[in-house]
Amino acid sequence: MFGLAKKDATLLLVVVGLTLLAPFILNPFPTDSAMAQFNAGYPDLMQRFVIFGIFAIGFNILFGLTGYLSFGHAAFLGVGSYSAVWMFKLLSMNVIPAIALSVVVAGLFSLLIGYVSLRRSGIYFSILTLAFAQMSFNLAYSVLTPITNGETGLQLTLNDPRVLGISQTADGSIPVTGLFGLEMRSTYTMDVGAWAFQFNVGYYLCAVALLVAFYLAIRIFRSPFGLMLRAVKSNQQRMNYTGLNTRPYTLAAFVISGMYAGLAGGLMASMDPLAGAERMQWTASGEVVLMTILGGAGTLIGPVLGAGFIKYFENIFSKINDNVLHGWFSFMPDGLENFVITIIHPFIGKGWHLTLGLLFMMVVIFLPGGLVEGGQRIATLFKRGKKDDDGADTSKAATPAE
Amino acid sequence: MDAIILQILNGLDKGSAYALIALGLTLIFGTLGVVNFAHGALFMIGAFCAVTLQRILSLSTVTLSKTETNFLGQPAEIKTPYVESWFGPEAGAAIIDWSVPLAILFSIPVMIAIGFIMERGLIKHFYKRPHADQILVTFGLAIVLQEVIKYFYGANPIPTGAPEVFKGSFDFGVLLGFDPNAIIYPYWRLVYFGFSALIISAVFAFLQFTTFGMVVRAGMADRETVGLLGINIDKRFTIMFGLAAAVAGLAGVMYAPINSPNYHMGMDFLVLSFVVVVVGGMGSLPGAVLAGFMLGILESFASMNEIKSLIPGIDQIIIYVVAILILLTRPRGLMGRKGVMEE
Repeated sequence: MFGLAKKDATLLLVVVGLTLLAPFILNPFPTDSAMAQFNAGYPDLMQRFVIFGIFAIGFNILFGLTGYLSFGHAAFLGVGSYSAVWMFKLLSMNVIPAIALSVVVAGLFSLLIGYVSLRRSGIYFSILTLAFAQMSFNLAYSVLTPITNGETGLQLTLNDPRVLGISQTADGSIPVTGLFGLEMRSTYTMDVGAWAFQFNVGYYLCAVALLVAFYLAIRIFRSPFGLMLRAVKSNQQRMNYTGLNTRPYTLAAFVISGMYAGLAGGLMASMDPLAGAERMQWTASGEVVLMTILGGAGTLIGPVLGAGFIKYFENIFSKINDNVLHGWFSFMPDGLENFVITIIHPFIGKGWHLTLGLLFMMVVIFLPGGLVEGGQRIATLFKRGKKDDDGADTSKAATPAE
Repeated sequence: MDAIILQILNGLDKGSAYALIALGLTLIFGTLGVVNFAHGALFMIGAFCAVTLQRILSLSTVTLSKTETNFLGQPAEIKTPYVESWFGPEAGAAIIDWSVPLAILFSIPVMIAIGFIMERGLIKHFYKRPHADQILVTFGLAIVLQEVIKYFYGANPIPTGAPEVFKGSFDFGVLLGFDPNAIIYPYWRLVYFGFSALIISAVFAFLQFTTFGMVVRAGMADRETVGLLGINIDKRFTIMFGLAAAVAGLAGVMYAPINSPNYHMGMDFLVLSFVVVVVGGMGSLPGAVLAGFMLGILESFASMNEIKSLIPGIDQIIIYVVAILILLTRPRGLMGRKGVMEE
């Protein structure tokens, strides 16, 4: 199907199913129940899942395939956001030109940075990308204020020209982003029994973008180009000795991943039309590294899982507070209950970054392949238990998602 | 002329901090071959050693005053720090006042212990793994350390004063024959510069003139041969890791009065220190020190108004611009050796 091997087609279908049915899947608890705070099926969070999924898929094309660890990818996301918001300010509130421009601008920007940074490899490359990203961040914060609006961030105003649209709506407010009249923020709520499922236009736009991005990533992974990138990762020197110039390939990978980041930035601005410099800070670049590694670098589905995982816990974990814990452990005797809660307290709420840091260290130490490798190990464990004589097949099947 | 001297002086204190952190980073990289992203966190922990000692020394007994009342009409509380009741009011107050310099003594064993635990517990297992893995795991460790500090000390900067003697500034220009008030420089920054110069020379002297340092230098050059000669080089490298942690910690302790410690100060310095290390040349100790001071001074020159009006925004990006130019023209940095980090 679509020129994919059977295994990849199945994976794609699974992802299609998961993203399109996400409003159901992420909303397993009835609205009024005590567990409702673990529901992730509201538009804002679902959009973030998908947008950061795209970002991580793009990062993975560079890091997972070529092994070049970029610490400055957030710069492309930031540039994408800025260009999208400028499109909303100058042209119209339609998201298509905005996203197109953000992808193009991020692509050009990454071409420039990649051309310079890829002259070095290893840690020098990491430092170069970090330096460029911090430079863009500092500039966006200070000198480029006419373009970026500095600390406040770039926002829409009532007197933007908007050549193809209207500067302000009839009742004098700022128009909202949309797709040919379909407003991004419009949500249809379906009530089924105690559940309320929300279907948001913006989310489905992002979901379609994710599916396209994911499909392209599969094609890149399976193409001769992708094979070339893997060869760069395993032994670049040998590639050079065979008389092959690897730089065009790595540069292409860099630009592609930059465009993915731009797409994510454009979508982010389409959902909520503002852009700030803090999106370009190096901690934001670090976050996408965390997502990719946590999910599993070099695998297709890993980055999406990692992005979803981190964003889910960022939103849900940080909402758990002591009262919720008291509710959970109320079956224990009082002294024990308080003791358990004192122990858990530093890891929840505001301390969720501590949990993330520990988890990330655990993954790097014990599971270099990330969540995907963890899943595979469990799967092999079960398979081995079922049929012992099938050893040869299990070793092949051990990398289904790769 | 006086403006130039002022900018050089202004660059010195930041440059000293960069140089000290970069020195530790290079020591770790040169001995163990590990890229330590948690080094900034060690700097931060050092600064919090100063905070902790100040808090410990200020622990007080609370008594109710018989004569004075507070605004509610209740007896006012009088806090008497334990050190004052033990050593007498004057000596006690002096001890509290000098808590930052005293924290140097306090932080050395703490930092060396943290360094040992880090190396034996975590870094040891990452010698054979790729540099990317080392960066990632130490990055995770940096997040954890940062969050632990945030949990205990809160997210806000904690002002930590220098001793009363060193507060205020003095007129440096008069010494050099300029007009009064041409060059005003805070005392503590001068102390910081002197202190870091002392530490840097101590580290170099230790490596150059002691048998231990000689073995370590031999190990840096050729680990395998030194091992074959029957020397337990791993143990010595672990000690060097503890030493590097102590250097970062000391840099942090003394930096606390310049910039109130907060939990993310380590990360802010780390990024710049890595740039410094790369500019100086990976694995070169003199290179790290040289590049640290150079970039610190360049940064303060770039923030002069004359230069800022010429090239707007240059003060924000000068370090990165220099780093990019140097990396592209001299791939090994200013004083880098051949064959280091060149896969």
